[in-house]
Amino acid sequence: MGTVKGRIHALETGGMVDGPGIRFVAFLQGCPLRCLYCHNPDSWNFGKGREMSSQELVDEAWKYRTYMKASGGGITLSGGEPLSQPDFVLDVIRKAHEKDMSVAIDTSGYGLLDRVRDCLDEADLIILDIKTALAEKHRELAGVPADRPRRILRYLIQSRKPLWIRHVVVPGLTDRRDNLQALKEILKDIPSLEKFELLPFHKMGEEKWVQEGLQYSLGRTSPPDREFMDRITSEFRNAGIPM
Amino acid sequence: MKEWKDFNSGNWNNKVDVRDFIQRNITPYEGDESFLSPVTENTRELWEQVRVLMRVETEKGILDAETSIPSSITSHKPGYVDKHKELIVGFQTDKPLKRGIMPRGGLRVVKNALESHGYELSPFVEEIFGKYRKTHNDGVFSAYSEEMKKARRSGVLTGLPDAYGRGRIIGDYRRVALYGVDFLLSEKKTSLAALRSPVIDEEVIRKREEISEQIKSLKELKELGRIYGFDLSGPAEDSREAIQWTYFGYLAAIKDQDGAAMSLGRVSSFFDIYMERDMKRGLLTEEQAQELMDQFVMKLRMVRFLRTPDYDALFSGDPTWVTETIGGMGVDGRTLVTRNSFRMLHTLENLGPAPEPNMTVLWTPRLPLGFRNYCSKVSVTTSAVQYENDCLMRTWYGDDYGIACCVSPMKLGKQMQFFGARANLAKALLYAINGGRDEKSGEQVAPEYAPVKGDYLDYDEVTGKFDVILEWLANLYIKTLNIIHFMHDKYNYESLQMALHDDNVMRTMACGIAGLSVVADSLSAIKYAKVKVIRDERGLAVDYEIEGDYPAYGNNDDRVDLIAVNLVEQFMEKLRNQKTYRNAKPTQSILTITSNVVYGKKTGSTPDGRKAGAPFGPGANPIHGRDTQGALACFASIAKLPFEHANDGISYTFSIIPQALGKEEKGRASNLTSLMDGFFLDGGHHVNINVLDRETLIDAMDHPEKYPQLTIRVSGYAVNFVKLTREQQQDVINRTFHQVI
Repeated sequence: MGTVKGRIHALETGGMVDGPGIRFVAFLQGCPLRCLYCHNPDSWNFGKGREMSSQELVDEAWKYRTYMKASGGGITLSGGEPLSQPDFVLDVIRKAHEKDMSVAIDTSGYGLLDRVRDCLDEADLIILDIKTALAEKHRELAGVPADRPRRILRYLIQSRKPLWIRHVVVPGLTDRRDNLQALKEILKDIPSLEKFELLPFHKMGEEKWVQEGLQYSLGRTSPPDREFMDRITSEFRNAGIPM
Repeated sequence: MKEWKDFNSGNWNNKVDVRDFIQRNITPYEGDESFLSPVTENTRELWEQVRVLMRVETEKGILDAETSIPSSITSHKPGYVDKHKELIVGFQTDKPLKRGIMPRGGLRVVKNALESHGYELSPFVEEIFGKYRKTHNDGVFSAYSEEMKKARRSGVLTGLPDAYGRGRIIGDYRRVALYGVDFLLSEKKTSLAALRSPVIDEEVIRKREEISEQIKSLKELKELGRIYGFDLSGPAEDSREAIQWTYFGYLAAIKDQDGAAMSLGRVSSFFDIYMERDMKRGLLTEEQAQELMDQFVMKLRMVRFLRTPDYDALFSGDPTWVTETIGGMGVDGRTLVTRNSFRMLHTLENLGPAPEPNMTVLWTPRLPLGFRNYCSKVSVTTSAVQYENDCLMRTWYGDDYGIACCVSPMKLGKQMQFFGARANLAKALLYAINGGRDEKSGEQVAPEYAPVKGDYLDYDEVTGKFDVILEWLANLYIKTLNIIHFMHDKYNYESLQMALHDDNVMRTMACGIAGLSVVADSLSAIKYAKVKVIRDERGLAVDYEIEGDYPAYGNNDDRVDLIAVNLVEQFMEKLRNQKTYRNAKPTQSILTITSNVVYGKKTGSTPDGRKAGAPFGPGANPIHGRDTQGALACFASIAKLPFEHANDGISYTFSIIPQALGKEEKGRASNLTSLMDGFFLDGGHHVNINVLDRETLIDAMDHPEKYPQLTIRVSGYAVNFVKLTREQQQDVINRTFHQVI
C-alpha cells in the first residue's frame, strides 16, 4: 500500500486536552478559516509547515503506544484544518487502525461533505468546534459562512458519530444570550454527543499574529470571568448536556 | 515473646528477618482513599505550634544551635514542643529545631557553620577536636594528593563528602520495633564471638572493632529510650510503640551522623501490620492511626543539621532526605500497598505540603488503581512526591529495598553505599579540548597532552581525546573516594546505623555524573552542525560558535539520545575497571540535586552553545527549553538511559502546568497515572512530578510570606520553594513547563 503526503505544522507528544487519555497530536498545516481569536495563525498558510507521509506520522505516533494504551488515548489530528487534507487524514486513520491506535479529528467542520465523508466515517471520534450558533455571525467571526460546517454537523448527528463539541466564549462576540441559547438548542438534540466543552477565550496567540504580520483585533478583549463561565457551564449542564 | 502474639510466625522469629515478618503478616489494600481521617484537633494544635517555630526559623536562618556539647546518641536531655500533645517524642537536641554539632566529620565545618549564623563554638570542643581527636576531614586531607586537591578545586569533582558525614546509609530501623534492642544485642555478640579466624589481619581487626562499636551503640540506643522514659529492650507491643521504637532507632542515627542524606527506609507498610492487629483487638481507630502517622511525620519534618553557606548553595533549602519508600509489589505478586501507605501520603493533606519526609512511591502499573490515582491526586495538589520504577529495581534488589537520598536503591539492612557525589563530565569534555587545562583558571588539572588545534571541532578527534580524559577522571575519582571512605570508616564510623544491618553487607561505590545533557548536546553539535572554537590570549578554548542545527537530547531522537546512552555506559565501564576500597562495587547515578546551578557556574562555555556559568540540566534532564516535542518525547529520551549502567539511579524532574494535564480537575489525576504507567513501562527509572504554574512561582519569589508551604520537587528531593536561593528559584522557573499547545 502506498503512502500519502501531508503538511504538518507541529507535533505534540503528550497532549491531554484534545480527546480522551494521552494523545499524540498532529497539527496539520493550512486552514481556510480566519477566526478572530485563533491562537495558531501561523498554521493558516497552506504553503508552510513541513511535508510528512502518513506512514511517517503513524510510525512516530507508534513510539508512544504504551502511553496511549495505558490511558485509552490515541492520535488526534488537529490543525490548521485537518479536513482540508482529507486524503492524508484518511490514510493516517487507516494506517493507525492497522496498528490498533484510535484517531480523533479536531475540526471546525469546514469541508465538502463528499470529500471528507470517509474521514468522518472512519475516525473514532470527532471533536467539532462550533464557532457560533448564529449562522449569520459565522462569516464575521471565522471568515467563512456557516453552511459547510452545519452540513457536516447534520451528517455527524445523523450518522451517530461519537462527538465532542467545543465552543470558545469570547466576550462581546460569542457570550451573548441569543448565541448561547441557540447553541443549547442544537446540543440538546445530539444523542451521540459525549462531551461539550466551553473554552474561555485567551490571548496567548496574540504574539503569533504580530509575528505573522497580521492585525489582531481582540487586543482589548479580556478573557471572560470565572463566575460567568461557571454560571453558563451549569446552565448547559442543567439542560442535560454532557459537560 | 508476648509482643509477637497474633502474628504469623516464620523464620523471622529465630533470626533478624524483617522481610519475612512483612511477607507473612501484611494486609495488602486494594481500595481507594475514602477511609482516611482528617487531622485531629490535638495534632492540628501541635502542628500550629511547630509552624510558629518554623516561621521564626525561616526568618532567622536557624532557630537555635548547640555550641558546646557534641552530638551523640545520648548527648542531650529530652526535648519537647508540647509534651501533653505529643504522641511520638524525641528531638536531636534538648529543644525542637535546635541544631546539634558533629565535629567528628570535620571541625572547621562546624565552626564555620556556627559562625555564619552568629554562634561561637565552645573553646573546649575546639580544643578536643583540634588537638586531641582527629576528624574525618583531617584524615582525608592528610592523604589527598595534589592532583586530587586540584580536581576538587576546579570542580571537575564536586560535592565530595570529605568534610561532613557521608550519609546515604539506611539503618533498618524497623528492627528496633520488631525485636527490641536486647535481641539485636545478643545477635551482634554472637557474631563477634563467632569471628574466629586463623589469621588476624587488617580486615578481621576492622571487623571485630566495628562489631564492638555496634554493640556499644545499641546500648546507647537503649539509654536514649530511657532518657525519654521508654524501655527499648523488648519488642514494641502496639502501633504507637512500633512507631516510637522505630523513630528512636532513626533518631539515634541522626544524633550520631550528619550525612547529607539520612533516609528512613520503608516503614509505612511495616507499621500497618501493627495497626491492623491493634484494630482487630479494638485498641485503635482509623482516626488514631492517622494521628500517629501525622505526629510521626511531624517529627520527620523537624530533622535539622547544621550546614555551612557553601553547602547550602550546593544543596539548597535545608534538605535532609528523610526518604520514605512507599508501595511497590512483592515478588509473589501481592502488592505491598497497605492502608498505611495511604495514611503516609495523607499527611501531606492533613498537615499541608512539605518537602520532608521525602515521599518516594515505588510505582508499577500493577499497583492497585485506587492507590495509583490517590498518589496522582496528591501529586497534583502538593508536588511533593517522587516516583521510581519498582519493576526495574525489584529484579535487582528484591522486594524489601529502600531508597537512600533521592534515587539510590539498596536492600534494607543488607546493603550500604559509599556515597561519591559526582564528576562533572561537561568540564571533562572541555579538558579534552584544552589538553587537560581548566578552561577558567588555566591550571593544568589533568595530565598535560595535546589540545585540539583546529578552528572547527572534529567529532572523532574530540571523542578520542574525551575518552582519554574520562579514563584519567574515572581513575582519579575512585582513588579520591577510596581515601574519603577509608577515613570515614576510621574516624566517623556509623556504628548505630551499621548495628541495624547484617554483619556482612554488600557495599557499592556510588559515583555520579553531572552534565550528561550538556555533553550529549555538545557532541551532537560537533557531529551534526559545525562548531567553531573561540580561543583567548592564553590559547584556551573559551567559547564556541555553532553554525547550523543539531538534534538536542530530550526529543526522542536517536541520533543524540544514543550519544547520551553510550556516554553513561562508557564512563561506567571505566569506573568498573578501578580498584575500590573494601572491594565495593562501583555504580553511578545521573543526579545533580540542586547543584546543577553551581556546576554550571564553575564550568565554561560548552560546544552545545551553553554559555559559561549557565546552569546544567538537573540530573538526566535536557537543557531547559531544548525539549520541544512534548512530554512523551522527553520521557522517551530519558527512558533510554540504561539502568544497568546507572544502578544508583537516573533522576528526571518533570514540570507541567495543571491545565495541560486535563481541562477539568477530575481528569488530571488519572491522566497523570497513565503518564507514569507509560513512562515506567518504557523503562524510565525515576521521575519528580511538579504540577504548578510558573506564575505561582514568580509570585512566591516576590511574596514568600504568602507561600510558607509551597513545595516543589527538584532533582531527587523536594524543597520549600521560598527557601531556595534566588538563583535556584530562577533556575526552577526557567525550566521547561509542559503546557497546552
